[in-house]
Amino acid sequence: MTGPLLSVRDLRVEFATRKGPLVALDGVSFDIAPGEVLGVVGESGAGKSLTGLAVIGLLDPPGHIAGGEIRLDGERIDDLPPARMRLIRGRRIGIVFQDPLTSLNPLMRVGDQLTETILAHKPLGRRQAREQAIAWLGEVGIPSPEKRIDGYPHEFSGGMRQRVVIALALCAEPQLVIADEPTTALDVSVQAQIISLLKNLTRRHGVAVMLITHDMGVIAETADRVAVMYAGSIVEVGEVHELVRNPLHPYTQGLMAAIPTLAVRARRLAQIPGAVPRLSAIPRGCAFAPRCPRVFERCAERPPLIVVGERGAACWLYDRASAAADVRN
Amino acid sequence: MKAADAIVEVRGLSRVFDVSGPWVSRLIGRERRRTLTAVDGLDFAIYRGETFGLVGESGSGKSTLARMVVGLLGPSQGQVLIDGVDLARTNNRTARRTVRRHMQMIFQDPFASLNPRWRVGDIIAEPICAFPARETGAHSLGKRAIAGRVDELLELVGLHPADAPKFPHEFSGGQRQRIAIARAIAAHPDFIVCDEPTSALDVSIQAQILNLMRDLQERLGLTYLLITHNLAVVRFMATRVGVMYLGRLVEIGDTDALFARPRHPYTRMLLDAVPDLSMSGSPRTPVAGEPPNPIDPPPGCPFHPRCPQAIAICKSERPAFRDNVACHLAHDG
Repeated sequence: MTGPLLSVRDLRVEFATRKGPLVALDGVSFDIAPGEVLGVVGESGAGKSLTGLAVIGLLDPPGHIAGGEIRLDGERIDDLPPARMRLIRGRRIGIVFQDPLTSLNPLMRVGDQLTETILAHKPLGRRQAREQAIAWLGEVGIPSPEKRIDGYPHEFSGGMRQRVVIALALCAEPQLVIADEPTTALDVSVQAQIISLLKNLTRRHGVAVMLITHDMGVIAETADRVAVMYAGSIVEVGEVHELVRNPLHPYTQGLMAAIPTLAVRARRLAQIPGAVPRLSAIPRGCAFAPRCPRVFERCAERPPLIVVGERGAACWLYDRASAAADVRN
Repeated sequence: MKAADAIVEVRGLSRVFDVSGPWVSRLIGRERRRTLTAVDGLDFAIYRGETFGLVGESGSGKSTLARMVVGLLGPSQGQVLIDGVDLARTNNRTARRTVRRHMQMIFQDPFASLNPRWRVGDIIAEPICAFPARETGAHSLGKRAIAGRVDELLELVGLHPADAPKFPHEFSGGQRQRIAIARAIAAHPDFIVCDEPTSALDVSIQAQILNLMRDLQERLGLTYLLITHNLAVVRFMATRVGVMYLGRLVEIGDTDALFARPRHPYTRMLLDAVPDLSMSGSPRTPVAGEPPNPIDPPPGCPFHPRCPQAIAICKSERPAFRDNVACHLAHDG
């Protein structure tokens, strides 16, 4: 097998403030294979969107990459000058944001936005580009695309707009799409349509996806592998079925138990005590330790991602040496 | 169920909004007035001690209904009776005050629903000061008694009495929603309308708030009207569920029965659309289309353009809400 398409190693993102740097991402490492869907899940403030923005080089100052590296197809992209990065963004990495209203230009016809994108990244003439734009609109399931192509974004419904955004992300035929909460602004019935569209299209075109969401259900439906983030770090990573059925990290366990399900009416939901720590007050050792039901001495030290079979968990419980000590106690 | 147990009775309730352009442009463009029927002829009751869950997608009229139930919005037609009193029509001041005191609301966004310039203690004390205390019957409680009650309420919702002098910005979203809940229960209400109380919160915090709401219901004997788009939240909280589509109720049922055997095709579609955590891999019916524009609803059954089982009559005739469901097929079968 060839190497990973996207490889992130020890990524550290800081925000410069008057009181000194605020560490928003710390030691984030993960790979995405060609054609793979990696779900990134976590609660607000966990750093999932920031990870996506760092990969596409759209961190807003004072945020900046303070360490680590990001490689696309083996080539480093975290230190590229803005002009070079612009060639990668759109062409090789497509983006789908949460709110389709803000990611489309309200003053431009949908078709012009698509043709402009295609022309920017492909050596085509205007007419060919327009034909491709119509084809893409059809592919994302917009009825009578040859008419709708001359419509403005406000003439489309929420779900249709998100379809247009997906067409925009895919029309330059990128290798990777970063989808940041692509269905959060949509109703459940429309959400299901957009998820299956994203899944089918990326599979058909062999595009890898980094799917960022807070909704474990969306991940379970879509992703091949999942990375769970907490307070700026990845706490667990693994194959989606395994991770959902048998979460290893106490945070993932708590998160899964806290989700109400349709199947049975629980008497009580499991709850994680406390709240996600603020960036300025992330505990020194394991960031989850103050809320963790299984905390022990070792947790005063920050755990690395420990390999457990095919999976990884950043928890000392899975370190052989400390696990033995835990049993003895 | 006996009607005597009903705390809220909604009868033929409708609300129409005028969404036409300014009159000058209507005159020039020869446009006609356009109206949007947000809520269209609802009939249902909420019984004492239960949680009535109301689900629907955006634009289905759930929030308009909530605002009419608490009296923030007047109905265009029909009435809302709370403890037998029609808030919109009664002229009896005492009856109105009594009903008002027995009813509170919890809103979706705890960042917008708390005054940022008020201390938490004052926010929670406001309903106590506004409504004479029930226990003493006195016109107003003393300062010390109010402070004591605020401390008690803060502890009841899982905060600390030391939080009273702080401002809302010092709290996280989940804590703010706890403050909003403390304010809602401060004046000993019987009935609380909760409009998407956990939609702005993370899952782990959502679990805390939902558990708290259920604990309080048990302890204080509260009745909830819970409005949400999240079916799993309704499943966890509600005793009975009403499903809304384009301003109309399409189905009402006991939670267990409705989730196990949905009768209306729209309810079935909604349940099918929820991403499945158990990953059973069961095939689902793909969902078609989007909710239509409520300004121009389809004739007949409003769901027929998306309904996989629609027959001829669905296109022309609007199904009546009978036997707890509004569907021609359910009525025949």
